[in-house]
Amino acid sequence: MSAESLQFVAGGLTTGAIYALVALGFSIIFNASGVINFAQGEFVMIGGMSAATLFASGMALPVAIACAVGAAGIVGLMLAKFAVGRARRADVVTLIIITIGASMLLRGLAQIVWDKRIHALPSLSGHRPVELFGATILPQSLWVLAVTIAVVAMLSWFFGQTRLGKAMLATSYNRLAAELVGIDVRIVLLASFGLAAVLGAIAGVLIAPITFVSYDSGVMLGLKGFAAAILGGLGSFPGAVVGGLTLGLLESLAAGYLSSAYKDVIAFVVMLAVLLVMPGGILGARTSARV
Amino acid sequence: MGIIDRLRPATSLAGMVFALMVLGAGVAAAQEPIRIGSILSVTGPASFLGDPEQKTLEMYVERLNAAGGVIGRKLQLTIYDDGGDAEKARTFTKRLIEQDKVDVIVGGSTTGTTMAAIPLVEQAQIPFISLAGAVGIIEPVKKWVFKTPHTDRMACEKIFADMRERKLVKVALISGTGGFDKSMRAECLKVAGRYGIEIVADETYGAADSDMTAQLTKIKATPGLQAVLNAGFGQGPVIVTRNYRQLGITVPLYQSHGVASKQFIKLAGDAAEGVRLPAAALLVAELLPDTDPQKAVVVAYKRDYEARYKSDVSTFGGHAYDGLMLVVDAIKRAGSTDKAKVRDAIENTHGYIGTGGVVNLSATDHLGLDLSAFRMLEVKNGDWALVK
Repeated sequence: MSAESLQFVAGGLTTGAIYALVALGFSIIFNASGVINFAQGEFVMIGGMSAATLFASGMALPVAIACAVGAAGIVGLMLAKFAVGRARRADVVTLIIITIGASMLLRGLAQIVWDKRIHALPSLSGHRPVELFGATILPQSLWVLAVTIAVVAMLSWFFGQTRLGKAMLATSYNRLAAELVGIDVRIVLLASFGLAAVLGAIAGVLIAPITFVSYDSGVMLGLKGFAAAILGGLGSFPGAVVGGLTLGLLESLAAGYLSSAYKDVIAFVVMLAVLLVMPGGILGARTSARV
Repeated sequence: MGIIDRLRPATSLAGMVFALMVLGAGVAAAQEPIRIGSILSVTGPASFLGDPEQKTLEMYVERLNAAGGVIGRKLQLTIYDDGGDAEKARTFTKRLIEQDKVDVIVGGSTTGTTMAAIPLVEQAQIPFISLAGAVGIIEPVKKWVFKTPHTDRMACEKIFADMRERKLVKVALISGTGGFDKSMRAECLKVAGRYGIEIVADETYGAADSDMTAQLTKIKATPGLQAVLNAGFGQGPVIVTRNYRQLGITVPLYQSHGVASKQFIKLAGDAAEGVRLPAAALLVAELLPDTDPQKAVVVAYKRDYEARYKSDVSTFGGHAYDGLMLVVDAIKRAGSTDKAKVRDAIENTHGYIGTGGVVNLSATDHLGLDLSAFRMLEVKNGDWALVK
């Protein structure tokens, strides 16, 4: 593999890991409630913006990051409690529309609370690129990849081993049955939004040093993350990661070898082709793939 | 018969009122205000243009009035906010012309709102100074339409002139897909040949892309590459600059005037070192040598604006300053607000020094700026430095 193609792969993996982190948030909420939360990109933005402003006001970087993640978690809980929770008897489509409204509201609030400018956050371990067989990778990209892997491992443990995690899974399979065996679905809903918001904020603070952050940076990330989640199989955590990395690599390779003007087109055409063959996504539930 | 009888007192009363008005008009004419109309995009997506423009116009009209007005008459400013909507801009322009009966119009923050106003001002024959960017506003020349901001074609020319001087002829172009980026890319491609520049690569990236290493890797592998030009606006150019250093590309990198603010250096950090870009004199007011003809004007405007509004000065507010002052200068020379005379005076403006540059208007040039309006800057030690 030439240094050039290795560089394309490195770039693609970084972007892909970012998409994967956003996609994971979509999958958590989908698993717990069947809702596709279109405010997921806004959680990423809130994480990045909070960390950037807290750091700029003189707070130490780790503290700023912790506070930002916490703040996003609270926003997630509030969204679940005051918007989605109130309408929980409505059908899923209504809830999805509520999340679209919430994303607009959060973007508007961000313009007022912060501003319309672009903000930056320093990298966790410097800007000096690491050289690898002729390709260069930013240390922050390695952080993104490592944290993505760690998050997936923790989520598998959480949903496989803990009571709350199992309760969340049970609710997603059959809400009525879950209620009958004594699971409080309101807590499950709260937990899923809180968790997804925290995850989104982690993505936000990790990528802010690479891509910067502004009040509207959640829109595109949310869309790409959603695409990645669908590609990998909505609801599957390994699927979210595979989907994210695949999408990132597709974009990067298309830009490098074909045409940068049509890289998004190429990536999405490939995505459509994959979904035609595997409607449930690469690692999605096989039930919908049954012929 | 009876009707006429009853009307008689009414008509005579009307006659007296009319006579009074005619008598009064002679006195009032001296104090009749000079009516300046303006349509600006103060809210909406282009508010970053309209907001400083409004603030600038209000501040300077206030100042001129405090100093006794122009040719002995006060200025009366009427501003309408079109919110960036061309249809609203058209309606408000109509209102300025028909109801407010303005003498001159300064405004049109965006190219879209300006283009909507042009047919109306041309028809009503009112001098109009636009604050928007596109070359199309003044090309072809329209009798009543002028503009103050420099164009993206001039930015391309400034950059290419600098490249030619450094003997960099094989240039790669990388640009975003936004309106600003696209327009500048097209203008650069158009004028490159005139400066002997050969565009050897032409890559693009999406407005919200987070990684441009793929495009830059491709550019890096282009044989004979001597320089890279990034036509862009927003966060894209910052990511390009960082990726550029990450990949260890050593040929000079040029950015556009779209990122000419301290914000760019702050975001790109060390990666910005050595980057060159063209910028208006206003951004480097303090750096200009004392011999620079523009120094006094830009320093004064910057000081006034920042003292009053406690926010950083922008070139957009500067365009409004230039528009207003061109009008004031022309009215003084015309000695009246007769629309045709004011128009002719504007067109004959020569050697007027504004924030955008030294303005020399003529019957064939309704912009009146040359490449000296732009200064070539280089990032050195985390700050701007004037080239040469």
